[in-house]
Amino acid sequence: MSEYIIKNGNVFDPVQGIKGDKKDIAIKDGKIADKVSSSAKVIDAKGMTVMAGAVEIHAHIAGPKVNLGRIYRPEDKLFSCTPTKGMERMGSGASIPTTFKTGYEYAKMGYTTAMEAAMPPMFSRHVHEEIRDTPIIDEGAFPVFGNNWFVLEYLKNHEIENTAAYIAWLLRVTKGYAVKVVNPGGTEAWAWGLNCLSVNDPVPYFDITPAEIVKGLIEANEYLGLPHSMHIHPNNLGNPGCYETTLDTLKLAEGMKAKNKFGRESVLHLTHTQFHSYGGTNWGDFESKAKEVTDYVNKNKNITIDTGNVTLDETTTMTADGPFEHHLTGLNHLKWANCDVELETCAGVVPYIYSPNISVCAIQWAIGLEIPLMMKDPMRCYITTDHPNAGPFTRYPRVIKWLMSKKARDTQINAFKHKDKVLSQTSIGSLDKELSLYELAQMTRAGPAKTLGLGHMCGGLKPGMDADVAVYNFNPDTPVADPENIEKAFSRCAHVFKLGVEVVKNGEIVGTVNKRTLWVNAKVNDNPQVKRDINEKFLKYYSMTQNNYEALGHHFVPNPYALEVDATHV
Amino acid sequence: METVTITMKNAPALYLEADTITPDTFAGKTAAQIADLPVFEGNAPSTLGKYFEIAGNTGATAADTKIIVKGDVRKVKYLGMKMSAGEMVIEGSTDLYVGAWMTGGKILAKGNVEGFAATAMKGGELTIEGNAGNYLGAAYRGDWRGMSGGKILVKGNAGSDVGMYMTGGEIVINGNVDVHLMTHAEGGKTIVKGNATSKVGGQMVDGTIFIFGTIETMMPGFKPNGEVELEVDGIKGKFAHFIGDMGERHKKRKGAVIYANLYKKI
Amino acid sequence: MTKTVTDVICPFCGTLCDDLEVVVSDDGKQLLEVYNACVIGTEKFLHSQAKDRVTRPRLRQADGSWKEISYDEAADYTAAMLAKAKKPLMYGWSSTNCEAQSVGNEIAEISKACCDNTAAVCHGTTLIAVQDIGLPTCTLGEVKNRADRVIFWGCNPAHAHPRHMSRYSIFPRGFFTGKGQMSRKMIVVDPRCTDTAKMADVHLQLEQGKDFELLNALRVAFKGEWLPDVVAGIPKEKIREAADMMKSGRFGIIFFGMGVTQSIGKNHNIDEAIAVTKDLNEYTKFSIMPMRGHYNVTGSGEVFAWQFGFPYSVDLTRGFARYNPGDSSSIDLLTRGEIDAMFTIGSDPGAHFPISAVKHIAAVPSVCIDPHLTPTSGVSKLHVPVAFNGVETGGNCYRMDNVPIDCRKVVEPPEGMLTDEQFLVMVRDRLKKLKGAA
Repeated sequence: MSEYIIKNGNVFDPVQGIKGDKKDIAIKDGKIADKVSSSAKVIDAKGMTVMAGAVEIHAHIAGPKVNLGRIYRPEDKLFSCTPTKGMERMGSGASIPTTFKTGYEYAKMGYTTAMEAAMPPMFSRHVHEEIRDTPIIDEGAFPVFGNNWFVLEYLKNHEIENTAAYIAWLLRVTKGYAVKVVNPGGTEAWAWGLNCLSVNDPVPYFDITPAEIVKGLIEANEYLGLPHSMHIHPNNLGNPGCYETTLDTLKLAEGMKAKNKFGRESVLHLTHTQFHSYGGTNWGDFESKAKEVTDYVNKNKNITIDTGNVTLDETTTMTADGPFEHHLTGLNHLKWANCDVELETCAGVVPYIYSPNISVCAIQWAIGLEIPLMMKDPMRCYITTDHPNAGPFTRYPRVIKWLMSKKARDTQINAFKHKDKVLSQTSIGSLDKELSLYELAQMTRAGPAKTLGLGHMCGGLKPGMDADVAVYNFNPDTPVADPENIEKAFSRCAHVFKLGVEVVKNGEIVGTVNKRTLWVNAKVNDNPQVKRDINEKFLKYYSMTQNNYEALGHHFVPNPYALEVDATHV
Repeated sequence: METVTITMKNAPALYLEADTITPDTFAGKTAAQIADLPVFEGNAPSTLGKYFEIAGNTGATAADTKIIVKGDVRKVKYLGMKMSAGEMVIEGSTDLYVGAWMTGGKILAKGNVEGFAATAMKGGELTIEGNAGNYLGAAYRGDWRGMSGGKILVKGNAGSDVGMYMTGGEIVINGNVDVHLMTHAEGGKTIVKGNATSKVGGQMVDGTIFIFGTIETMMPGFKPNGEVELEVDGIKGKFAHFIGDMGERHKKRKGAVIYANLYKKI
Repeated sequence: MTKTVTDVICPFCGTLCDDLEVVVSDDGKQLLEVYNACVIGTEKFLHSQAKDRVTRPRLRQADGSWKEISYDEAADYTAAMLAKAKKPLMYGWSSTNCEAQSVGNEIAEISKACCDNTAAVCHGTTLIAVQDIGLPTCTLGEVKNRADRVIFWGCNPAHAHPRHMSRYSIFPRGFFTGKGQMSRKMIVVDPRCTDTAKMADVHLQLEQGKDFELLNALRVAFKGEWLPDVVAGIPKEKIREAADMMKSGRFGIIFFGMGVTQSIGKNHNIDEAIAVTKDLNEYTKFSIMPMRGHYNVTGSGEVFAWQFGFPYSVDLTRGFARYNPGDSSSIDLLTRGEIDAMFTIGSDPGAHFPISAVKHIAAVPSVCIDPHLTPTSGVSKLHVPVAFNGVETGGNCYRMDNVPIDCRKVVEPPEGMLTDEQFLVMVRDRLKKLKGAA
């Protein structure tokens, strides 16, 4: 396998505490090496920024609701398709890219690992087919548990061991990565057209509260010692005043400690925090509560968050928070798609235009930036757009520009039709902080890798780690003349290496790898009751047989990478 | 205004995609440069000069450029697509997408046109002396933002799906229309001087339809609302007024509920 | 001795039953019996055992006779045909697996073809409607466990999806529907008095071609607004009763088929049916689901969509994907004389397309991949028989509610026969060489 030496770059690696030193990075046999031979290919990174490949902790890029979005939005592709070119397959989709385009666009921005944020377990075969067809980047997928009938029934009686056994079984048969929770209880309520808007709202029939579901799943997650923490999209997303539900949800983690062998220190990951940081009582007095939410997270170190930045684009919302999507179509009257999934979850899809002329959208934009600027520990705050909900992931370079340049933020604020409202309802105007490259590396590489339990293999440039490396045409030593240069530099890398193979050069795809599907294989003690419950539900309530449920076969997961967990300790 | 004439000399075996034939693309070019413009027959790239004889001069801008298209162009698609200014005269009948996505300028088609003419039109004028196919002035698939401005006149008949998701502009059809007129429309105006068949104004939220002739089957969602004396396109008469679609959501403007209006000449 | 393969997936219709049991000979070469399938599914499995199957490719000769050729020669012919064509059409895909569909997509991209599936004559109009208005839907297990209002509009599952009502929609005793069919009210909307209509609590026998009007009237009735005395041949009182019956349920589902997707108005009928469903969600919980025909047309739509962005009628001729039924759709392409080569797989356009379209298939270079002798293979220049997918080879398929289920191989194909996927890989590799592609 090829050897490379990336010379003279300005290296930012939080895993080793390197803050812009000019260092050489050596690559050998797919890993970062201490040194390489003299026949190593030289990559000149003088005047450039070198970081580990970025890690996407939450995006909707593979699966049935993503594809439903593609199918039902031909207009998302009108006049914006890219042709077949060299080794690149053709691409399409502005807010919902096709799988080929997804892989290429992430790689070109220096992303080398991505997590599909919500997998409906019954559809795991679909998710894996799309992951398989996404080039270059390693991927995993999070099965959803917060509205799952097994989980609701076990946790009503606080049966943690049974819940853990079920989680282990489901992760194995769906080749899933983590415990994802979306609108706990509320999405089961939505199967009857109802919802749970607070953590104490009981779920119809199952008579368990979201608080009980969340606490139980955190306990089960730590019982197993999974690589990632419980990952949650709380109740009441998107409504004015929802920050209270968010704080109620975060408080459920108080006193809980992380237990695992992967270096993860948190027990709860709050996703797309922007959507959960709203104050006010209606759209008129709508305001930011970013400070209240970040104050709490700053103090409680067993919590991590990702931002969910609004990018001010026409995009497509899609989430397992089915009732929210129905609510959204009631507001904007745009086409609404919904799919309730038996025993498990739901998904909803609605297009949305974040117009800079609408004050609510401008305030949302501001909140998304306040959050990372107010977070004290960049290792616990990660940059996302909840793609495509708050904006397409291809806008990450723009978000980075806004975070690194107050001037760029001010330019956008001055362009808002309702600038005064943005300034009065948020504190974006008074935030002077500009993210440094080191902090950026923490928020987009080292931080998410650690919280995902992947800190031993990616997110850093320590010898022995995977050779996932991104080199940006960005010189940290020269002052930024025009913030647009930040966006430009982070849009197209000078070089990207994935598992030691050069995949991007001068912003073009030049290579590919046998991408891996990351999943978690948790071993638990034999649990006859859970086995029997699974058999029974398939026999009586599912519409497919148990023997056909598992995502089995090379055609689904051609290159699996299992993180092994041994939870047979009790 | 300068005029370029292009004459079909070498008919394609399949169909030609000629989205480069617009005043915007021709402006400022010599005949030789125009002959080099790309054109596609299926997946085979070619140049305009292989199919057309090109004569005349172009203006410096689209607004100063007129194109006359002669010969048999019944297998040429996309004439005038996305044009923003200038003029085009098509001497005979032509195929799909005439003036699709146009934002300005004038097109005169002296024969018939096939489907998808004036898709998502934003401005300008399209006159069709013969018949129009289906989807005249309709939105692109999946888009709730259809025709929003401009004027279309069809002297013959039009097909189905005229003005789907229309939000503005005006369509006048001297002849008859087929099913599904202004479905899902949220604005704009259509006048049909001949007859309609059925499914007129289905799912309409706002906008106006005038039918001078007969409607075979009315939509149940259109409620009788009396009669009015109107002058429409220079013609005075008594019209039965209907409001609807009563099955749809209704917008409010200054506290008043808005309906789409359908007027049928008595 | 014999062995029984369980949890077998039936590769015929969109119901995609996965509880079949198939008995095969010990050496896996003979298929002997099928249990649990309906009459159609049983025949799908058993007819694979016919002794007179064509097992090798055949090329039409100048004198009209067929000459047997090898798979290699067939792949050469197919690749050459696609490489030469200026606008080839690759149609069908609905009766094969997603792995084959994916290779087909590669071929279409390399040869810059149009590609399309049987939605073009079936639920393509549903897809257009979904694109215009959305789709509140659910999986079939939700119907089984929750539905107390079941509407069949313009479809006849008793004939076309025989086990649908017993596995999912009317008879099952689900979690919240312990009384089975007694838990449910069934409405059938159909101008015909079909076997399905005979089972209904309410049969709205509407005038043909007036579904859009009746659906509109239901939406008006939901809002309590004025209605004319009769709509689509149904008195307004009956319309209001039906509207009330829908509103009073706690979970409803509308299943629909060709009666509305391919009658006048087409996609608009579905559009208004989806609007009815949307409206009902203001009062209760309602979903809508197309009764997909071929067992993997849904899969073809999914694979087209995640790879190219559109679910059918995809035009790749300019090197990137475009979509507009009426322009990029198969029947229009054929009847207008737009294409110069035809590749058919996993479908039978010769039987289902208008004759003017079939005449064009006969007039151009054409290849038909199909284990059967069909009207399409009859007019094609090259006929390549392959193994039966879901019987003699496995592979992923998507049910009518988009649930993916991996079909199983239960029996060996006849000696030396290839699968779709294997043959397509041969074509792709030859095409890459011809085009000098990466």
